[in-house]
Amino acid sequence: MKNTRVSQLPPSPGGLLNRALHAFSTAGKTYGAEWYILLVGLFIVVFMIFMTAFPWLFTSFNPSDQDAGPQLAAPGGIHLMGTDNLGRDIWARMVWGAQTILGVAFAAALISSLIGIPLGLLSGFVGGPLDRVLSLTMDSVYSFPGLILAIAFAAMMGPGVVNITLAVAVIYIPTYYRLVRGQTISIREELYVEAAQVLGAKRWTILGRYIFPNVIATTVVVFSVNIADAIMTEAALSYIGLGLPAGMPDWGMDLSMGKKFLPSGSWWLITFPGMMIMTLALGFTLLGEGLAEILNPKLLER
Amino acid sequence: MKNLMRYLSMRLLLTIPMLLILLTVVFIVMRVIPGDPVSAMLGDHAPVKFVAEKKHELGLDKPIWEQYIDYLAQLSRFDLGRSMILQEAVTAPILEKLPATIELTLTGLLVALGIGIPLGAWAAKNRRSVGDFTARLYGNIVYCIPVFWMGLILQMIFGVAFDWLPIAGRVGSRVMSSDFEQTGFYLVDTLLKADLKAFTDVAIHLILPALTLGITLSGIFLRLTRANMLDNLKSDFVLAARARGLPEGKVVYGHALGNAFVPVLTMLGLQFAVLLSGAILTETTFSWPGMGRLLLERIYLRDYPTVQGIIVIFALFVSVISLLVDIIHALIDPRVKY
Repeated sequence: MKNTRVSQLPPSPGGLLNRALHAFSTAGKTYGAEWYILLVGLFIVVFMIFMTAFPWLFTSFNPSDQDAGPQLAAPGGIHLMGTDNLGRDIWARMVWGAQTILGVAFAAALISSLIGIPLGLLSGFVGGPLDRVLSLTMDSVYSFPGLILAIAFAAMMGPGVVNITLAVAVIYIPTYYRLVRGQTISIREELYVEAAQVLGAKRWTILGRYIFPNVIATTVVVFSVNIADAIMTEAALSYIGLGLPAGMPDWGMDLSMGKKFLPSGSWWLITFPGMMIMTLALGFTLLGEGLAEILNPKLLER
Repeated sequence: MKNLMRYLSMRLLLTIPMLLILLTVVFIVMRVIPGDPVSAMLGDHAPVKFVAEKKHELGLDKPIWEQYIDYLAQLSRFDLGRSMILQEAVTAPILEKLPATIELTLTGLLVALGIGIPLGAWAAKNRRSVGDFTARLYGNIVYCIPVFWMGLILQMIFGVAFDWLPIAGRVGSRVMSSDFEQTGFYLVDTLLKADLKAFTDVAIHLILPALTLGITLSGIFLRLTRANMLDNLKSDFVLAARARGLPEGKVVYGHALGNAFVPVLTMLGLQFAVLLSGAILTETTFSWPGMGRLLLERIYLRDYPTVQGIIVIFALFVSVISLLVDIIHALIDPRVKY
């Protein structure tokens, strides 16, 4: 289907830029607070991704260097966030640790969506016994406490980046499956799908060209919020001590190390890693929430 | 009522496939992954013959599918079996630790509801005000605070800096839990014994863990109450109540909030799994002797039957809660028909 009005506009990049800038500057008025929520989320996410890509721009210390400074030095001076019990610079560990947690959370969310979305599409579209078996399986996993399942998997498989990513990914597959299946079922009944069927479109064409594009929009929102959840699950696993091999800078692991020095009053050991986890998760949550509101104002009201 | 019973028994039957699926996955993964109870017990350098004997004794030399069928047969007799590591029934440690987890979960839930519902209702009433925005921000922020970090921060402030509250365990060193232990729910036990000193001690130990769990989960309930209140405030029955000249407070907190409870209740059933996950993390932070620590201990020991038993109990727990939610729903909402 072609939109004739849009296709008549001259394809000028300058015009496009102008329109984008205009849309950007008026969006605040159109969407209200949600637009600023989105911007704050986006800012945090972009900043963290930048930090992940170029960590050496943010700190000159090596996160594993035990001679970075004196042991348990309070924040201030050259050690922005202080040092830990081994004399490592905490800010450097925060900067380099972002790679670990963001990588695991992103990979996990990607894996769950790559498994959950096709299964949900298929289940909702085909229906029948396949749908019933898949739904029952997914609902079972969904209603079970996710973290307990992740703990069980992670503990059984042992430490390692791949293992931990898989343990986190498994518990979020049903999230995508349930969302996509529900939407597929309702879109399947739409008039335009029926029209395509009448016109003789093949089943796979209907699924791929008529249903899939309409389903994928909402999964973007869920993907963002899901990364936030995955971040907290990864942090939880490594806090418990099930996470990554020792030696990799990791916020959750830093927290459980810092816990031992809590009675001595070394507050910086636990304050900063937790704050980083919270900020990163908050960034993705706000981004998702802002997107949800702007893409579909009815969604968040529910 | 008869229909309700039929519906409930159907629901109870549906937990069986759920249990089967979870158990199958855990069963297979545990046995496929390297490490088994015998090597966990005897170490890697035990004599081969001895290891083989021990494996035979525990039935570990059988093919996996045979072990699986044996286990299911045992389970169908409502028998969770015996531990492979310790000389005890699987149910023994579970029955000992479960009350601690439930006590923590329920008090945490009370805190979450106590903060989330009023704040959500208030935010909806003052929609688009600074207060509303702040309340929503609070909801988003606490949702993103990892439970264990919240626990550490509260420990740091109230346990270390001010030294007001204990930060570990269920009772202090001056109170013997064996003096009052009956049901395992210490708040109940101390009340049954009318031991006020012990009760205060138990309650004081519960404050920080319950706050930790409650505050982090209050965001979900805040958001939910607010969303439902907004719908209700736009509805006809609120308009009718206002038209009759009822005071605004009564309209908002009586009529609108009263009708927002049902969806919150439904959500409670769904969120219970999240609540349990949070409880496990709270347990690790506060050295709370509950199911979370038990699970971790036994996974490391590769104590297959106990780990499977814990999974079964958690699954049953979640199912029972969602059943309870359905029953309460049917009782308080006359429109619900089964």
